[in-house]
Amino acid sequence: MLEIKNLHAKIEDKEILKGLNLSVKAGEVHAIMGPNGSGKSTLSKILAGHPAYEVTSGEVKYEINFSMQNLLEFSPDVRAKEGIFLAFQYPIEVPGVSNFNFLHTSFNSVLQHQGSEPMSEGDFREFLHQKMKLVQMKPEYLERSVNVGFSGGEKKRNEILQMAVLSPRLALLDETDSGLDIDALRIVAEGVNKLRTKENAVVLVTHYQRLLDYIKPDFVHVLSGGKIIQTGDATLALELEKKGYDWLM
Amino acid sequence: MSETSKNMNQPSADSYEYKYGFETNIESESIPKGLNEDIIKIISAKKNEPEWVLNYRLKAYRHWITLTEPSEIPEKWAQVSYPKIDFQDLTYYSAPKKKIDPKKSMDDLDPELIKTFERLGIPLQEQKRISGVAVDVVFDSVSIGTTHTAELEKAGVIFCSISEAIHSHPELVEKYFGSVVPYTDNYYAALNAAVFSDGSFVYIPKNTKCPMDLSTYFRINAKETGQFERTLIVADEGSFVNYLEGCTAPQRDENQLHSAIVELIALEKAEIKYSTVQNWYTGDKNGVGGIYNFVTKRGICKGAHSKISWTQVESGSAITWKYPSVILQGDYSEGAFYSVALTHDLMQADTGTKMIHIGKNTKSTIISKGISAGKSSNAYRGLVKIMPSAENARNYSQCDSMLVGDKCSAHTFPYIEVKNKSAILEHEASTSRISEDQIFYLQSRGLDTEKSISMLVNGFCKEVFKELPLEFSVEAVKLIEMKLENSVG
Repeated sequence: MLEIKNLHAKIEDKEILKGLNLSVKAGEVHAIMGPNGSGKSTLSKILAGHPAYEVTSGEVKYEINFSMQNLLEFSPDVRAKEGIFLAFQYPIEVPGVSNFNFLHTSFNSVLQHQGSEPMSEGDFREFLHQKMKLVQMKPEYLERSVNVGFSGGEKKRNEILQMAVLSPRLALLDETDSGLDIDALRIVAEGVNKLRTKENAVVLVTHYQRLLDYIKPDFVHVLSGGKIIQTGDATLALELEKKGYDWLM
Repeated sequence: MSETSKNMNQPSADSYEYKYGFETNIESESIPKGLNEDIIKIISAKKNEPEWVLNYRLKAYRHWITLTEPSEIPEKWAQVSYPKIDFQDLTYYSAPKKKIDPKKSMDDLDPELIKTFERLGIPLQEQKRISGVAVDVVFDSVSIGTTHTAELEKAGVIFCSISEAIHSHPELVEKYFGSVVPYTDNYYAALNAAVFSDGSFVYIPKNTKCPMDLSTYFRINAKETGQFERTLIVADEGSFVNYLEGCTAPQRDENQLHSAIVELIALEKAEIKYSTVQNWYTGDKNGVGGIYNFVTKRGICKGAHSKISWTQVESGSAITWKYPSVILQGDYSEGAFYSVALTHDLMQADTGTKMIHIGKNTKSTIISKGISAGKSSNAYRGLVKIMPSAENARNYSQCDSMLVGDKCSAHTFPYIEVKNKSAILEHEASTSRISEDQIFYLQSRGLDTEKSISMLVNGFCKEVFKELPLEFSVEAVKLIEMKLENSVG
């Protein structure tokens, strides 16, 4: 469902991705690992359409309505409506907007894009309560402003809640494990696992192997210097944990 | 505090289409341009005013000519600038030619006027009126009528134009007129007192909750004409009223002056809630035309346990200059100021409030939200003054500014004077920017750019919008959304 070919991208004048290739099929889980500054977060932001990054060459194709289309042509909101979800490394605070209102608006924008009727407030509340159980969030979080005053762990859980609500086809998790204690990590990982299906795919960007104890990847890629330099299965992550990245470079 | 936004990679394009910018083609009767004692006598004669009113006007005029226009004072304090105003080049009175009889049904009005207000969303004809809100409609210098008068009369509520009240309720008008804002108050207050045209008068009798919301709609139509309205609201002991004010003007190339005085008087245990959605023409994106909105609004909580609140959404005018204030004279009285001020393109706003604590255990709340877009300048200026007599006074102030784009500016000028040690004051201020990251976050959840911005702005203004009556808050949200539509790239 996702084909990235020879992708080059920069932010301001700094080239970050220098010829990246990646292919993701439905049902797969890919882990992208690599040292600091290798371009891991850049990749997920480009896929979601962050305006600060500029793609200088290469292509990104994504399956929409059974055909591979140029993803880079679409605005971030259209990408989201077409099933791409980015769980932010640092979720943004939105003062004055309740989490409920935010989720409801977001959910209905996606529904409308698909040509469905928007869901009423009451029905959505019920739907949401089911989803909140997945990430063990208490209902009072719905009335609070989006991410305002949330702890690091609560923000990450809130990201997974949004993911559960939008049920994306391609989920990009950008260092979702960073800053989480072991219990929060388990809750987040279980949440992600419950959302896995044969139809959707997950790309995990992570620093550490420990997330992969909970979410089993089909592929592990090592990103360094803006390119993928090694691809393997889950055992590659274990090896990296033991040996670091130096032996690959 | 003062901050100018920088380094944000967003175009500063804005300018939305001002849908109230049309002109009504109606024959009006104006007096010659210029200002002198004869002009004042003509205005007074047109309104058939009693002598005390004419004398008041003349006293105000004689005071006014001794004053210097505030922007020409060397150490001017306001954060606004504009070319010198030629007061001799303005017309101080303009009214539709066809005589308007306030006693007659509004169905008999000139059809052009009826059409005009229909386009503005204010149906005047009996069968089409908005239920639950009584409206006094002011067109240029005159009130053209007031709706729902019969229902209000039943409750003993007086709601009519100030010109009419001067005749029909002289004792009330004479007692309170100019008692809160004397003509000596400031340059524009003196000017208004000399040439005031029309506006509304409200009296709510003792222990009466006004059976419906009251509203005045101001429309400037004529060219090169200033509007100098005068509103006086008296809430007698134990009464309550919700009052709404709206305003628009045609799109014109020259600047127009709107200089009003609003006075509120709340007696013991009375409460007045005054809300404004101000949408005067702002001028075009090059800063040509637009209304100069120089207004003095002040309320006095005269009796114990009385309450006055000002809620304003300031989204129009080329220049806005106003500080709705409350004098807290009665013990345990409460004043509040809730404001959203939006500036875009080349608009300038210097707005805020004054809370003057005199009585014991008085309380005031100030929530101000400034949004600047384009190349506009937006300043909050507020004074909290605790007099020696104000034992246990409390104030809470919160002033937040939001910057949209990289060419606008936001300023906060809080002034505090405390003369009683028992006072407790809290002040919070913040300046934030709608960031690319915030918009991206909302977009990545399926909201388009416009929806994202409106969600961010609504979140920012929430504490003020919730103070508005429902219909007004819906309108305010829409207005702000429309105006910001093209402000963020």
